[in-house]
Amino acid sequence: MQLTQSYWTDERIELVISLLLRIGVVGASAIVLMGGVLYLFQYGLTIPNYQVFHGEPLSLCTVNGILTTALAFESSGIIQLGLLLLILTPIARVVFSVAAFGIQRDRPYVSVTLIVLIVLLYNLLQG
Amino acid sequence: MIIAELCSFIFVGAVIAGFIGSITGLGGGVVLVPFLALGLGIDMHYAIGASLVSVIATSSGAAVAYIREGYSNIRAGMFLEVATVFGATFGAFLTTRVTTGAIAIVFGVVLLFSLIPFRSSNMKKEGRIDPLATRLRFDASYPTAIGMREYHVRRVPLGFLIMAVAGSLSGLLGIGSGATKVLAMDRVMGFPFKVSTTTSNFMIGVTAAASAGIYLNRGYIDPGLAMPTMLGVLVGALLGTRVLIGAETRILRWVFSIAILALGVEMIFNGLTGKL
Repeated sequence: MQLTQSYWTDERIELVISLLLRIGVVGASAIVLMGGVLYLFQYGLTIPNYQVFHGEPLSLCTVNGILTTALAFESSGIIQLGLLLLILTPIARVVFSVAAFGIQRDRPYVSVTLIVLIVLLYNLLQG
Repeated sequence: MIIAELCSFIFVGAVIAGFIGSITGLGGGVVLVPFLALGLGIDMHYAIGASLVSVIATSSGAAVAYIREGYSNIRAGMFLEVATVFGATFGAFLTTRVTTGAIAIVFGVVLLFSLIPFRSSNMKKEGRIDPLATRLRFDASYPTAIGMREYHVRRVPLGFLIMAVAGSLSGLLGIGSGATKVLAMDRVMGFPFKVSTTTSNFMIGVTAAASAGIYLNRGYIDPGLAMPTMLGVLVGALLGTRVLIGAETRILRWVFSIAILALGVEMIFNGLTGKL
């Protein structure tokens, strides 16, 4: 146990986490780009309407809806999936921080981090 | 205009916005929202949604570079994130309630405020070391030219409060509000500047994720707009970090400051006249 504690120093934990963040961003961007190319092929020649706000359909707003739409290879769903992955990267960072503070037996900071995590998940999943 | 044209316009604009954001240290959102709303006539809600998504991308993408330098204070960041995350939730909630004109006015005011330079650091040495900071284990050390140097933290409650404001602005306007976060850590709490900027970068992503969840559920994040915006800002930010190393950035900063001044005035004007 002593060994794990000294191995997982703050700096090492942060470096691992930040590398995961970068993987998340690169992965998300790749998915958005793929969806984007498909999107331009499908809708590139149509007329957009963004002057008035009408909101996105439910299939592009909720986690469930996005997964279903993306699995159906609908381009807008694939883009939303990439964006969802992007939103999840900082959330994943908070999850790792909970674990990291746990390894260090830092109870107060496990609680602090859990509060942040609960707010993030609540906001994302309330729809 | 067809979608393919609009996407190319947005992409080019987002590259420029990401570039300016990276050079000035203000982040891409500050230029993006006016560009989408004023320049292309896109509804503020969509503009804010697209901007916030790219804020997450740049913040998370830059994290590795920051961490390697060894400045960031994880405990302080996580503790202050409680304030920014609740603030962001409140801000995103406000966005769904107030008119787009009101959002535009607040946005313009924030733009103008971001131009005020905070040079003197007299405030930094003032005030006694906060015992709360010691209890929260904020006190740490950071690398300098002459080796590791210890620092102590002041005014934790006030810093926490300003972080809540920073979070609200981020959630309301779809920006990273990094400048406000750095202000709270550097000027108010007395963190070393490098520690403040690095920790703030980390906090920006988590703060933005808090309101992005709400935006997504409320239908503010449109794939056709967010796609070129996010990809463009990433490319622009990458270019910005490359340029920063060598080129003379002083003149650039001047030019951008004037541009931001103009955008701020225009946002307020359009908000007041109900055009946005």
